[in-house]
Amino acid sequence: MALTLVVNGSQHQVDVPPDEPLLYVLRNRLELTGTKYGCGEGQCGACTVLLDGNPVRSCITPASAATGKKITTIEGLANGEHLDPVQQAFLEAEAFQCGYCTPGMILSAVALLRKSKTKLTDKEIIAHMNGNICRCGTYGRILEAIHAAANMSRSTVDAKR
Amino acid sequence: MRSVDREALQHEVTPLQHGFDLARRDFFKLLGGGMLVCVAAGHAVSQESGRGGFQRHDMPNTLDSWLHIGENGKVTVFTGKVEVGQNARTSLAQQVAEELRVPLDSISMIMGDTDLTPFDMGTFGSRTTPQMGSQLRKVAASARAVLIQMAAEQWQVPEAGLVAEEGEVRDPKSQKTVSYADLTHGQKLMKVIAAEPPLTNPKDWKIAGSGIPKRDGREFVTGAHKYASDQIRPGMLYGKVVRPSAFHAKLSSCDTSAAEKLPGVTVIRDGDFVGVTAPDLITAERAAEALQAKWDAPQQVSEKDLFEHLKSTEEKPTEGRDQIVKGSVEQARSGSSKTLQQTYTVAYIAHTPLEPRAAVAEWNNGKLTVWTGTQRPFAVRDELASAFHMQEENVRVLMPDTGSAYGGKHSGEAAIECARLAKAAGKPVRLVWTREEEFTWAYFRPAGVIEIKSAANPDGTLLSWEFDNYNSGPAGMGTPYEVSNQRIEFHPADSPLRQGSYRGLAATANFFARESHMDELAHELKIDPLEFRLKNLKDERLRGVFQAAAERFGWGKDKPAKDHGFGIAGGIEKNGHVATCAEVAVEKGQVKVVRVVEAFDCGAVVNPQGLRNQISGAIVQGLGGALFEAIHFENGRVLNPHLAGYRVPRFTDLPPQVDVVLVNRKDQPSMGAGETPLVGIAPAVANAIFNATGVRLRSLPLVPKGMPAVS
Repeated sequence: MALTLVVNGSQHQVDVPPDEPLLYVLRNRLELTGTKYGCGEGQCGACTVLLDGNPVRSCITPASAATGKKITTIEGLANGEHLDPVQQAFLEAEAFQCGYCTPGMILSAVALLRKSKTKLTDKEIIAHMNGNICRCGTYGRILEAIHAAANMSRSTVDAKR
Repeated sequence: MRSVDREALQHEVTPLQHGFDLARRDFFKLLGGGMLVCVAAGHAVSQESGRGGFQRHDMPNTLDSWLHIGENGKVTVFTGKVEVGQNARTSLAQQVAEELRVPLDSISMIMGDTDLTPFDMGTFGSRTTPQMGSQLRKVAASARAVLIQMAAEQWQVPEAGLVAEEGEVRDPKSQKTVSYADLTHGQKLMKVIAAEPPLTNPKDWKIAGSGIPKRDGREFVTGAHKYASDQIRPGMLYGKVVRPSAFHAKLSSCDTSAAEKLPGVTVIRDGDFVGVTAPDLITAERAAEALQAKWDAPQQVSEKDLFEHLKSTEEKPTEGRDQIVKGSVEQARSGSSKTLQQTYTVAYIAHTPLEPRAAVAEWNNGKLTVWTGTQRPFAVRDELASAFHMQEENVRVLMPDTGSAYGGKHSGEAAIECARLAKAAGKPVRLVWTREEEFTWAYFRPAGVIEIKSAANPDGTLLSWEFDNYNSGPAGMGTPYEVSNQRIEFHPADSPLRQGSYRGLAATANFFARESHMDELAHELKIDPLEFRLKNLKDERLRGVFQAAAERFGWGKDKPAKDHGFGIAGGIEKNGHVATCAEVAVEKGQVKVVRVVEAFDCGAVVNPQGLRNQISGAIVQGLGGALFEAIHFENGRVLNPHLAGYRVPRFTDLPPQVDVVLVNRKDQPSMGAGETPLVGIAPAVANAIFNATGVRLRSLPLVPKGMPAVS
């Protein structure tokens, strides 16, 4: 089945079974390997991408469900050399060890920060991020990085006002 | 180093005589002109192995480290160690930059490529820092000496007055400087050095010892880093292996016709191995599902009979290796006033690396190249050579920095399967295990039973210590406490499940049993658990971490609430000294770890930022095995091969307060830290639960379904 997908602002035509997971299309057909396979069951969050800004587990999302939506993967987050505040904060807090969960973590956090207007508590971040597993156990630094990114984003927004 | 001996044996590492042929690796062609500095293999290598027969007498034909200084000033370091998230790529580069006196960003590290890097047994046993770190420091210091010598010759001055810094040699007298690039310009020099150069004292470190960020961090936050499972080769196909119905099952029949009708599918059957390749992953999956494979599986031991089975199949401990005997326990026990006897158990647990086993294999004119996530690229190369009846030099294994391992990626299953598929398909193949395959067909941390009999004087002096470990392993089974009468034994047994190394090996189980038992004894003797430990402890560094952790934790202060509890545990393993304090809150039968303080001493700290990340991560990972992780199995099948059924620590399990105290001993050699920070947490939590509730839990995991109902 021919599908049109808009990934990181570019349009792609793919001919795939309609129930092929979005993850497979991204990784194997479009060679966007930043999105990771971790469990194939929506349990670990490594495959998280944004559909119209909402985080989804691409391993259990059929590619056909992503047509007509804006798909954002980790490759599409930075603006050229300029990292997204969440990427920047993860880098500065060194909020990773093996780094395999990092793309999914960052995209989940981006989705949270883009829709939250007020200062986030630990509890709110934890509740939102609990579907993302870091097996290396870097949760403390990830939490720290998300707070830092929230402060960075807010100051950017404030500066624009 | 007996623990290293044991570990080497436990991993069954084949001692390899890698008669290294430098000619085959044309470094100058690869890296351009400059100078290659090699250090001849000496005692460092035989130390590494710990096995008899692995000696390299034929110096200087065998070399164990080398680095290249390019005519552009770039330094390329080669090491067989690999990066699995433990930050070795950065910490090793820091040590080279320190000794070579170059800026860190002039260094690039080539790691775990069997065609380019020196042979290495593998990245395990917390040996990258003590062994590879010192080896690379030596080659870098040797290279610096050569560069100084070259400058001295150029200027016709004595070497002694010259200084190397920032990639240059400087003569303080004449104020002349010459860069390393200029010194090696237009040359293709190879220097082999056998001498032991003096190394920089950690007290004078400038680059090593500092919290330099992970060097390729940007690659990870942008998704640019290519793990083994991300490798793409031209014309690459996707592979899938059809798994047996149970462990040890034999293929009785297989109807491949439906699968073979799918477009572009190749079915491979070789003995009990059945797999497919297809142009895309979804087709490969459907082809595998369409295969009608029938299996004959034997009856196997189930979880409910596990501990009985381990006890009943025990083998005698190997004398010396698996035994520690001092004084006479029988005599001591008969005369003492307080005795205690308890049994502790640990379950099988899974490493669950977030990147499952994966490989990309490519055959080219009889040569095989495999990209795979492994802690032992050279061992995987040998597995491949053996599986395909090839010469080792025709197999190349490359290890891209992998999505973690934790001791779980010592073997080459995915690499072999993938190479088999690629051979049949005649094209490169990528094979990535599913989570279910990873939970079933990888290996597990051994389960085990540990029995302890102890005796102590009413004043708290330990009199005797008997410790029997069945199956879980000998690592960390000795006691750091002063006991004049000891009998400590490891009894290998028949494991119903495939088992292997796991971060910290059996130290987790052995620390859990020992430190729980120490707590029980302290309670029986009505002595504070910390005081009881210190009373029986002479080791100055272990006392140091116990005191540091206790002080930061506020040991001895009142609990904040009645349903809270404090616990402490510690010990020495792989030359790391660890003490862990935990505070739990037990509400409505649910245990929440609310605070952890861990003090750690691994000698001179190479990178405090990376080390803190390792330690706090180990605490979180250790909480999984402590509280709820367990593989459930019945008759050759894993019952919970999914993350929905196998609980690993998540954000909600993160203790609100995790405090790491680094005891930075610059007067002591740097030791590894990837494992030992994990082994104190389980007993600290178990002891805290007892302190909160009066209930003593003696099995890991402690509370898979919350606190057990009290009858």
